[in-house]
Amino acid sequence: MKLILRVWRQDGAEDEGRFETHQLDGVSEDSSFLEMLDQLNEQLLEEGTEPILFDHDCREGICGTCSLTINGLAHGPEDSTTTCQLHMRKFSDGETVTIEPFRARAFPIVRDLVVDRSAFDRITQAGGYITVRTGSAPDGNAIPVPKDDSDKAMDAAACIGCGACVASCKNASAMLFTSAKAGHLNLLPQGKAEKDKRVLAMVEEMDNSGFGNCRNYGECSAACPKDISLDYIAKLNRDHAAAKVRKIFT
Amino acid sequence: MFSSSLGKKYLMALTGIVLIGFVFVHMAGNLQVLLGQDKINAYAHALQSLPMPILWGSRLFLLVCVILHAWTAIVLIRENRAARPQGNDVEVTKRAGLSSLKMGLSGTILLFFIVFHLLHFTIRTVYPEYNDMMTTVGAPEGEEVHDVYTMVLAGFQHIWVSVFYIVAMFLLCGHLSHGFSSVFQSLGIRSDSWRVKIELGAKAYAWVIFLGFSIIPILVLGQKLDFISFFEPSLFSDSLAVR
Repeated sequence: MKLILRVWRQDGAEDEGRFETHQLDGVSEDSSFLEMLDQLNEQLLEEGTEPILFDHDCREGICGTCSLTINGLAHGPEDSTTTCQLHMRKFSDGETVTIEPFRARAFPIVRDLVVDRSAFDRITQAGGYITVRTGSAPDGNAIPVPKDDSDKAMDAAACIGCGACVASCKNASAMLFTSAKAGHLNLLPQGKAEKDKRVLAMVEEMDNSGFGNCRNYGECSAACPKDISLDYIAKLNRDHAAAKVRKIFT
Repeated sequence: MFSSSLGKKYLMALTGIVLIGFVFVHMAGNLQVLLGQDKINAYAHALQSLPMPILWGSRLFLLVCVILHAWTAIVLIRENRAARPQGNDVEVTKRAGLSSLKMGLSGTILLFFIVFHLLHFTIRTVYPEYNDMMTTVGAPEGEEVHDVYTMVLAGFQHIWVSVFYIVAMFLLCGHLSHGFSSVFQSLGIRSDSWRVKIELGAKAYAWVIFLGFSIIPILVLGQKLDFISFFEPSLFSDSLAVR
């Protein structure tokens, strides 16, 4: 198949950036979106121009490294799918495809389609962990965890930290990511002990990083490749309010 | 408590709850105009005769809630714009409804509406002749009260006033349908299984409020244009329709 690709090029964080249009012929419907970009980069190298930079790693939908806003949708048109798992059969022959980086002030553009998502790492470092060693698998199995809680914690832990929630949010809010990371630990007995401290620290770091505020649109959950639910945002709101109130009395 | 991003959302939700409750009480009060001149006048008189601290305390409390709600919204919107200085070239919305996306617009118009509405019926500067509309109907023995019934009928004689009221109530309907369900989300006072029920409930509430408020200007306009005859005394004389 043949594609017209409108790709965002930007030389660095300070550069204004611009769209570049390339035509790419002979794209296999069976190739993934990233393989298509590899093909485009080979073409660019043959033409003697700079290849387009984009993030990728595992290419099997579990590492959260690939990004890209494709035709206005974070990770492209297919639901519950990362860019690396998106296939070209989802596009039609001759289609114009617009490829943009994940846009948010908290995700400064490094170059072209590569953005710096270390703000997510800082949020995790602020409280997305358990301070003490909780043992290995056999020790974990010795602690009774209600099935409901373990299911919910597991669903939250499915977050791969890709940043599609921020990219799809009209306000670049990181609530879905933060709520998944906090919710995952807050639901389990090992994490409950530090619940208040965790929630307050993670929200503070989230605010400091310059993310926007949640307006309950649900765009984040709709774009999430792991289908993280808005229920976790409600839980974070509740846990945060409770932590604030408890802090007054301690 | 209210300085963080979540704190500001709590403030939006808490002030929102007050206003959500207020519009229902206000609507229920208004509907007494359908029961007749004596009922609505007596009700309005009873409200205005409340002890000073209660009357002005409630008014002040509502005013503070409106101001806090609007001010917090401005702060949040400014932060949101700063958080995403450059939008996508191709902007797609996957799930968010129109009412949720246009909360700022509906809120701003509603703020103007509130100011106009207060000048219209409470402070009575839009049509100063309302000040002279006194009557003994619905008044305690030997007293005269503001003739709210006549004010309402006179006010909605003006087609542009009625249309503005109905449009504003439609925007309120949209504002409430997202706002009411957001209260539960922002404060986290919902279980996972309640999300759909809350959204449906908020929509139903919003439509009840819209219909309850709009029925009055609709009936007045209908009678003015001779489609229906509901209000008795009708007061659709020339003396009232002028101005």
